[in-house]
Amino acid sequence: MNLIKKYYYGDIPEEKGGQDKSTAHDHSKEWPMWEVFIRSKAGLDHKHAGSIHAADAAMALENARDVYTRRMEGVSIWVVESKHIHATESAEADAFFEPANDKIFRHPTFYNLPDEVKYM
Amino acid sequence: MSIQQLFYTLQLADNALINGHRLSEWCGHGPVLEQDIALSNISLDHLGQARSLYQYAAAQMNALPMDAKLNLFASVALNDKISKGETIEEDDLAFLRDSWDFKNLLLVEQPNEDWAYTIVRSFLFDVFNLYLFNSLKNSKEEQIAAIAEKSLKEVTYHIRWSSEWMIRLGDGTEESHRRLQQAFNDRWMFSGEMFEASNADKEMLQEGIGVDLTLIKNQWQQHISKVVEEATIMLPTNNWMQTGGKQGKHTEQLGYLLTELQFMQRAYPNMEW
Repeated sequence: MNLIKKYYYGDIPEEKGGQDKSTAHDHSKEWPMWEVFIRSKAGLDHKHAGSIHAADAAMALENARDVYTRRMEGVSIWVVESKHIHATESAEADAFFEPANDKIFRHPTFYNLPDEVKYM
Repeated sequence: MSIQQLFYTLQLADNALINGHRLSEWCGHGPVLEQDIALSNISLDHLGQARSLYQYAAAQMNALPMDAKLNLFASVALNDKISKGETIEEDDLAFLRDSWDFKNLLLVEQPNEDWAYTIVRSFLFDVFNLYLFNSLKNSKEEQIAAIAEKSLKEVTYHIRWSSEWMIRLGDGTEESHRRLQQAFNDRWMFSGEMFEASNADKEMLQEGIGVDLTLIKNQWQQHISKVVEEATIMLPTNNWMQTGGKQGKHTEQLGYLLTELQFMQRAYPNMEW
């Protein structure tokens, strides 16, 4: 048995580092990543809590339960495999979000709210 | 209240403590972060059960007359406290008894070895716990019934976890299948003891406090067979069983475990966090 493992760090090119293949990290064998959404109590919406690794959806729910709800944080969990999440790119942020910047009239602040309406 | 009822409570408590401690040894060593935390959670469930049961056992012990409780266990440290008239607490029962005073099953003291051995041990014990607590929640003894009821929810999750891993490993790769089968064969001889009735088991059954282990054995066998089939492994044909735990005759493994578990209280008596 080989008891001594060699570790190499990021800035050494693989070919020069003489990396020992037996200890090399093989990402293809890693479990896929899942995003976890937790509902903290009935009536509230599910909020993104973080991510976990799991082999399948059932395991993802259990891992999410074990990692994110140990302190009574939730009453319901959603998981979705991270590859199914599509996100905007930061390079496009200007085109996506800037045009909303000068449209203050879209905020409902020009109305007189009746006193009975407490949360707007 | 009787000595047998105290022994019965300790059988349950020792199983929970020793199994919980074994699982806690994985903390920081799990194969992946998520499973490391899963095991720590499960371990804490067992330690929580152990605490409730030891508190109840300590109360029973304190209620015994001096001549009944002195030298009930071999431990010098424990007898020293009793002879001074001190009140016995949950920690005393966990940390001051010696291995021959422990009444846990041999199965739960077996070392973790690797993931497959750990899963097999948990699986065999979780299924037993499920039917045990399911039956104990109807116990005439309110305390035991209450602890069983609370534990049942936890056990239901444990069994889901260990059963899924049984299936995942057994019906997984060639290597995981081979190693799970090997672990199952090796640990099988410790499974018979669960259903061997000790004097405490017999007396508590008569009094309506305990459970009928023959009934639980049937339920356990059916449940085990189903999962084993789904995991595509074979039930061992060798049915010779090693027993003795309930009588305090343990494998050498328990000694090493207690050395670590009890070290702080033995070296620094009455220390607190």
